[in-house]
Amino acid sequence: MLNTLLPILLFTALALAVLGACRRVMLWRQGRPTHVDLLRGLLAMPRRYLVDLHHVVERDRYMSRTHVATAGGFVLAAVLAVLVHGFGLHNRLLGWALLAATACMFIGALFVAKRRRNPPARLSKGPWMRLPKSLLMFSASFFIATLPIAGILPDDFGGWVLAAVLTVGVVWGVSELFFGMTWGGPMKHAFAGALHLAFHRRPERFRTPFNASAARSSGLKALDLGDATAPLGVEKPKDFTWNQLLGFDSCVQCGRCEAMCPAYAAGQPLNPKKLIQDMVIGMAGGTDARYFGSPYPGKPIGEHGGNAHSPIVSFEGKALVDAETLWSCTTCRACVEECPMMIEHVDAIVDMRRHLTLEKGATPNKGAEVLDNLIATDNPNGFNPVNRMNWAADLDLPLMAEKHHADVLFWVGDGAFDMRNQRTLRAFVKVLKAAKVDFAVLGLEERDSGDVARRLGDEATFQQLARRNIGTLSRYRFNRIVTCDPHSFHVLRNEYGALGGTYTVFHHSTFLAELIDAQMLKLGQHPLALQTSGGLTYHDPCYLGRYNGEYEAPRKVLKAIGIEVREMERSGFRARCCGGGGGAPITDIPGVQRIPDMRMADIKTTGVEVVAVGCPQCTAMLEGVVAPRPEVRDIAELVAEVLIESSVAPAKPSATPRRKAEEVL
Amino acid sequence: MSDALLDVITLVSVGSHPMSARARRAEQDARAVELGLHLVGDRLTVLHAGNPYEESLRAYLGMGLPALHVLEQPKGADALPVLANYLQEAHVQVVLTGTQAETGEGSGMLPYLLAEALGWPLVVGLADVESVEAGYAQVLQALPRGQRRRLKVRLPFIGSVDNAAPAARQSAFGPARRGEITLEDVEVVDDLLWHEAALQPARPRPKRLKVIKAKTAADRFRAATAKATGEGGQILRDVSPQAGAEAIFKVLCEEGVIR
Repeated sequence: MLNTLLPILLFTALALAVLGACRRVMLWRQGRPTHVDLLRGLLAMPRRYLVDLHHVVERDRYMSRTHVATAGGFVLAAVLAVLVHGFGLHNRLLGWALLAATACMFIGALFVAKRRRNPPARLSKGPWMRLPKSLLMFSASFFIATLPIAGILPDDFGGWVLAAVLTVGVVWGVSELFFGMTWGGPMKHAFAGALHLAFHRRPERFRTPFNASAARSSGLKALDLGDATAPLGVEKPKDFTWNQLLGFDSCVQCGRCEAMCPAYAAGQPLNPKKLIQDMVIGMAGGTDARYFGSPYPGKPIGEHGGNAHSPIVSFEGKALVDAETLWSCTTCRACVEECPMMIEHVDAIVDMRRHLTLEKGATPNKGAEVLDNLIATDNPNGFNPVNRMNWAADLDLPLMAEKHHADVLFWVGDGAFDMRNQRTLRAFVKVLKAAKVDFAVLGLEERDSGDVARRLGDEATFQQLARRNIGTLSRYRFNRIVTCDPHSFHVLRNEYGALGGTYTVFHHSTFLAELIDAQMLKLGQHPLALQTSGGLTYHDPCYLGRYNGEYEAPRKVLKAIGIEVREMERSGFRARCCGGGGGAPITDIPGVQRIPDMRMADIKTTGVEVVAVGCPQCTAMLEGVVAPRPEVRDIAELVAEVLIESSVAPAKPSATPRRKAEEVL
Repeated sequence: MSDALLDVITLVSVGSHPMSARARRAEQDARAVELGLHLVGDRLTVLHAGNPYEESLRAYLGMGLPALHVLEQPKGADALPVLANYLQEAHVQVVLTGTQAETGEGSGMLPYLLAEALGWPLVVGLADVESVEAGYAQVLQALPRGQRRRLKVRLPFIGSVDNAAPAARQSAFGPARRGEITLEDVEVVDDLLWHEAALQPARPRPKRLKVIKAKTAADRFRAATAKATGEGGQILRDVSPQAGAEAIFKVLCEEGVIR
């Protein structure tokens, strides 16, 4: 009886799966067209799935092994089941292979079930709680049904009772695992995930060696402002490109993003996992009532909904997502770094912010003022641009306008206006001079890099600032740019390229490490090195670490001055954001606690006296935490402190920088 | 509040940022646009006399206006007669302007001269238009120290807006790019003042020294919040126009306004 039933069941399930797949593809195709190398992507997909994805899953050993056993067993079992039971190839060898595959899958599924007995809060419940049972049912049913074929049991073993039981098991199993995969069940992640990896919007993330680090490709994609018909950002779910929609659909709801998100931890109304699920709801239509994970803090489930053709954010009443959810993000990319499916959350958030800023003029709180200041004064705080070089009035800095060429162009950044950051800048200049680096600054010709404008969604102002900066830079000859600001560093390095400015850019920590390697600096031991208690920890800036993969150089520099870094639990690629990125301090969405306070708590657990930083934003955010707390020092300051200057140069009369801010375009 | 039949025109000029002197939407004019948008939504007519190709005018369109109307004039032309002509013909009930332009002459005289030319009432320091009905508008006028005076003013009227009016909304790139700038050729009237006078940089106006007499925080608070109580002066009620005019003339002579 089973011999007739099983093929019918299998092929019905497969047919339904194909039907579901077509329907799913239609949903994705609601998105805007984009150029994707389909064939190359498909060819690269197995490697991306087996190597790159596995590498991220591997950060949780338990889960990676469970996944290998379950998924590997399932794929093999599915293929063999179709051959053996579907096409009736009752070969003893194939039977044994199928037994092995289902056994492997069964063992994996047991571990899935164990994880689900007391699941951590980040995991979604609902249908996901059913999944281990379905996996067990599938593997067990096919195992037993295959025993006669492998010759272990007689053909008629168990009679019709067992046949009926097995039929129920197989129906359950293939429902979940075959057509549930394409009809929106939990197994959808395997189908959509495979295609998402194949047609990923950032294929450059997957390069050899393996490990699809988010740092490989972190620059936001430019809007084509020349095309007046192209939408400015994303208003409705259908305004995403089709492979973005596909990416959202591949979410496995593991909640690793949620566990890492600083805004979620601070109680701000953002949960990256829920955001991605909301995009799926938007794509397919419906409400979030059937979402079984953690909500946005402070926002109950079941009140939001939408469809592909209606706006994501509504200004009257509720739509898919509230605007404050989008403005809570610090763009720290912790979610992207953590996502085993390589979903690009930050791109999606900025896409939606672009619409709010460029079309609706709805940048919250100080956003509009900051953008106006950037347009009128080239700095976010509206300081008079002629005061940009006041911090260096006595330093006699060489100006590019006079020198025209130098080895190093020192990009000062908007920290020039901030009295705290001026100490960092002066310390770094001291080091540059001690190392006799041939450097120059742009002086009053420098403008804001455009980072804040871009993260606030104002692509127009970003491109205007960027084009003017590129115009200025194109007039001078230099080998590389060095900056103390990871945000400028990231934008100059990764985001000016699309607008025609390609440069070699160094963060000052990398540059310092290079100077130390080349023995161009005479450094002493830092007093902190001699202490037994206390010590120093290092806070990784998001835009240096996760955005650009630089974790080593700052630690190397600290080691060179004799300091052993006492690492925080969350450091390196898992460092928690200071709360200062993505314009978050400007949009200032309230939460239960402040992100910098949480980061300072991380720092305090190491018991250090000093926390080393490499970013003006981090400095400002961490110094904003009330005392008593460890002191916040930039790496440049720490190095300048122990600098042994060979001979003091005679003081030269300092030249005042020329007071004019010219328009360049 | 928004009357379907109400027609509102906001006059706008090209502004200049106080720090960088870059062209921008003028702060007060933008507030006048905001007030107009509050009153009639995107039926608001926004009018500029000058160069229609000035990019910074688009910042007004970015506030959500479908179009901006420009009476094309070269630099140095007198905006007053063309505006007066236009408004005379426009069947408009409310005209909103900023108090003082940020570029050009910037004398702050335009609302007064327009009101004089048209024979319409002028409300300076307009903070809000509360209601418009039966040929009259009930408006709030801003006075120093956050005080407001409720006025009833006959339509049509001119209202000039200063920083007491609600802040202008953000200007967005999309609508600014899409918005249409419509031109109208008008007769160019040369501003004779530009021929005979020369511009010179403004000197900061001398400020009266603020002598703080208060000894305690409570005193300082009282000084900062108390109503300005003028010394001297008199209130004239039920006097003949002749007597009233004489009293005003006397005060003007005493203050040295008329010599």
